[in-house]
Amino acid sequence: MDLIALLAIQVLYAIASLALISVGLAIIFGMMRVINLAHGEFLMLGGYAAIVATSNGINIWIAILAVAPVVVGIIGVIVERTIIRFLYGRMIDTMLATWGLSLFLVGLTTAIFGNTTVGISAPLGSFQIGAYRTSGYTLFVIAVAAVTLGCIFAALRWTRLGLIARGTMQNADMAAALGVNPPRVYAVTFGIGAALSGLAGAVLAPVSGVFPTIGVAYVAKSFITVIGGGAAILSGTVSASALFGTINQIATFATTPVFGEVALLAAAIVLIRLLPQGITGRFFRRGL
Amino acid sequence: MAAPLLETRNLSMRFGGVQAVRNVDFTLAEGELRCLIGPNGAGKSTFFKMLTGQLQPSQGQVLFRGRDISQAYAHQIARLGIGIKTQVPSVFDGLSVRENIWLAANRIHSRDRAGNVVDEMLERLGLTGVAGRLVGQLAHGQRQWVELGIVLSTDPELILLDEPAAGMTYDEVHRTAQLVREINRNRALIVVEHDMQFIRMIAKQVTVFNQGSVLVEDAVENILRNPLVRDIYLGKQAAA
Amino acid sequence: MNPRVLNFLGLGLAGVVGIAFMILTPRLAELDTVLDLTIYMIMAILALSLALIWGYGGILCFGQSAFFGLGAYTYAIAMFNIGDSTVPLLLAIALPAGFAALLGYFMFYGRISDVYLGVITLTVTLILFNSVNSTAGPEFHIGVARLGGFNGIPGIPPLNFPGSKAAVIDLEGMFYLSTAALLATYFGLRMLLASRFGRIMVGIRENERRAELLGYDPRAYKLATFTIGGALAGFAGCLFANWGNFVSPTIFGLAQSAQIIIWVIVGGRGTLIGPIVGCIGVQWLSAALGANQPSGSDWWARVLANVPLILGIILVAFVLLVPKGLVPTLGEFGLWLVRSRVRRAATGLEPKQAEKG
Repeated sequence: MDLIALLAIQVLYAIASLALISVGLAIIFGMMRVINLAHGEFLMLGGYAAIVATSNGINIWIAILAVAPVVVGIIGVIVERTIIRFLYGRMIDTMLATWGLSLFLVGLTTAIFGNTTVGISAPLGSFQIGAYRTSGYTLFVIAVAAVTLGCIFAALRWTRLGLIARGTMQNADMAAALGVNPPRVYAVTFGIGAALSGLAGAVLAPVSGVFPTIGVAYVAKSFITVIGGGAAILSGTVSASALFGTINQIATFATTPVFGEVALLAAAIVLIRLLPQGITGRFFRRGL
Repeated sequence: MAAPLLETRNLSMRFGGVQAVRNVDFTLAEGELRCLIGPNGAGKSTFFKMLTGQLQPSQGQVLFRGRDISQAYAHQIARLGIGIKTQVPSVFDGLSVRENIWLAANRIHSRDRAGNVVDEMLERLGLTGVAGRLVGQLAHGQRQWVELGIVLSTDPELILLDEPAAGMTYDEVHRTAQLVREINRNRALIVVEHDMQFIRMIAKQVTVFNQGSVLVEDAVENILRNPLVRDIYLGKQAAA
Repeated sequence: MNPRVLNFLGLGLAGVVGIAFMILTPRLAELDTVLDLTIYMIMAILALSLALIWGYGGILCFGQSAFFGLGAYTYAIAMFNIGDSTVPLLLAIALPAGFAALLGYFMFYGRISDVYLGVITLTVTLILFNSVNSTAGPEFHIGVARLGGFNGIPGIPPLNFPGSKAAVIDLEGMFYLSTAALLATYFGLRMLLASRFGRIMVGIRENERRAELLGYDPRAYKLATFTIGGALAGFAGCLFANWGNFVSPTIFGLAQSAQIIIWVIVGGRGTLIGPIVGCIGVQWLSAALGANQPSGSDWWARVLANVPLILGIILVAFVLLVPKGLVPTLGEFGLWLVRSRVRRAATGLEPKQAEKG
């Protein structure tokens, strides 16, 4: 019984972390059809931002939940204004340019922080479930994921910004004719996507530590979650994360973590083959 | 009564909530030239796409020489002998005019013959002068002609032309009409057009599409006088 | 000048330069230079494999390193088990080709294209990386060959002359073999591209829909192209295993895949010479930059030695500013220079005519 509870928490955690690391990319891809291959590095920068802030005395919660997203959000806006905006409509070229950006960021952080792993210990200690102990931080991650997705849903559905964003995504010219400034919407959207990635990186920093090349581990998984999810940002991310997270965790539980990773990747390939438009290309099509 | 070259039975196409083509029964005889007219959004291009295998019908059948091609792939249907000049010219913009025609001729001619066939086609369409130029750099009318050259070079038995006269000057329209009549001497054609002058130059039988289904089919003189046809183009108010 | 004549002249020049390079270098250069040049030749073959698939076939493959790695590992494992290199060499080409054929069938007959191709190929190479990387224990072996996990496989026996195990290839021999292989690959690909198959493949890249409407099955052509590219990359992998006598899972990594793509972009996507130039150029640059790891406070020197940093800047700069790549851009620039010279010469005549008239 406790084992099931433990497994359920692990599965939820896998889904939550997958959703967290993917939602920033989903917003950028879903809104702007931009494939940002530097996404993993945004996560990495969020981790470093949190760690630097913490080691300079800032409260850990503020560092993770406020400092990291803001810092990476600003970096995101700068990247959009200097690189991305010249490449709209050229999907392959954006992939390549952002790949170059990712190399650049890896080099930069290696130069500044060196090659070693830095970390902060996970706060919140651990607690008992029957015969097993599990980390309280796990629950925190799940909570952050849920709250974040909820806020995004609320913003898209009920705020003016969300409406503008959805309108620009559907038809930029029409939105411009109605007085909206598409370049500004793009910059803000990219910035928000980057901020969310920074948040995710910071939230996961106490779990795995941060080092310059940690982005590699994130980028493939978030990619395939976004592509597997399909065009709808939220329902796509949630459904794909649920599917892949569950498969990953169950495979890990049954065999080894490495095989768990492989199972996730393999499941993605099968999914894209069966549903080339992603999950929300077929199901939940009207979803947000 | 000879078997029809092309026949559709109860052909329909549905995109989500939109019924683009609705229960169309259409027949074309060997060597016949049919014009297809109707307002924008009437389903003509969608109809063509189902004939060429670019779309799979939601319902109904397409029969070419009695053979059901409704589920066939586009390249298979092309090999059976249906060629299409699409509404938006679909050519190999980054390649030369000669290479464009060659790619088509190569499909049915041997290596030795292909070169001559290409030269003949270029000559016939008056494109010899621009043979070496990239198609993407040509004027719109010439690009349409290159596409015609591509389609004709595979020598299909049925040729579909989707707005062949679009964007052309009066002279080009005249030459196109002449070409169509020439082709019709031994090949069947279905031509979609809006340009009524062009229709008058080539048409005998006309099928009128409206809102996805066939409104009326008649000889061209009667069609042009038909009040129903005028209504769908001008709107019901004009009739009142 | 007639473009066909220019084409033949260019090919002839390439051949002469290539053969001269192959014969003269070992005589004129130091042994470790020859060693360096050998790896450039091998990587250039790898670059050509992606140039074929992506530049001419239009297939965005983010995982070309998968076939490269499979070739290297296949050679190593087969060589340990068999001892004579004839079969391992053939396997090192056949296995990646077979894998490419399977993957290609899965993707192209599933009508997957563009971005999704990139994601799937990327994922495949990551699966290989993750899997092979974790095979460190002694229980992971194929026959007598241990996979080695993140430690890799050291001491890979080099190629020998077919039939006689003792006649093993040496350093100079590797250079001759690699250079000859590169030349053969280059000219072979040029022939392929000029053939009917090659021209149709380019047509499919230009406008797949129109090619389909003419009766060509794009899936089959893409599959064939992808398989040939996979075989070439596998062959390069085999040569690589011979060059360093060592292979490790990083060969499947994201970094390796990125490198190959960077070579093709920098050099010029729609050409064959371009990727060769891009490959050798970027590799040379990386080596030159990373050679002296400077310590101390020379900030500028440290920046230049930071290979990912510099490569990243180069990639971004090229995508934004020189999207066609070096060779086509230089070619266009050269043509522009020639044309403006011709124009200047022509207009130079006019004032004289005016005077006479």
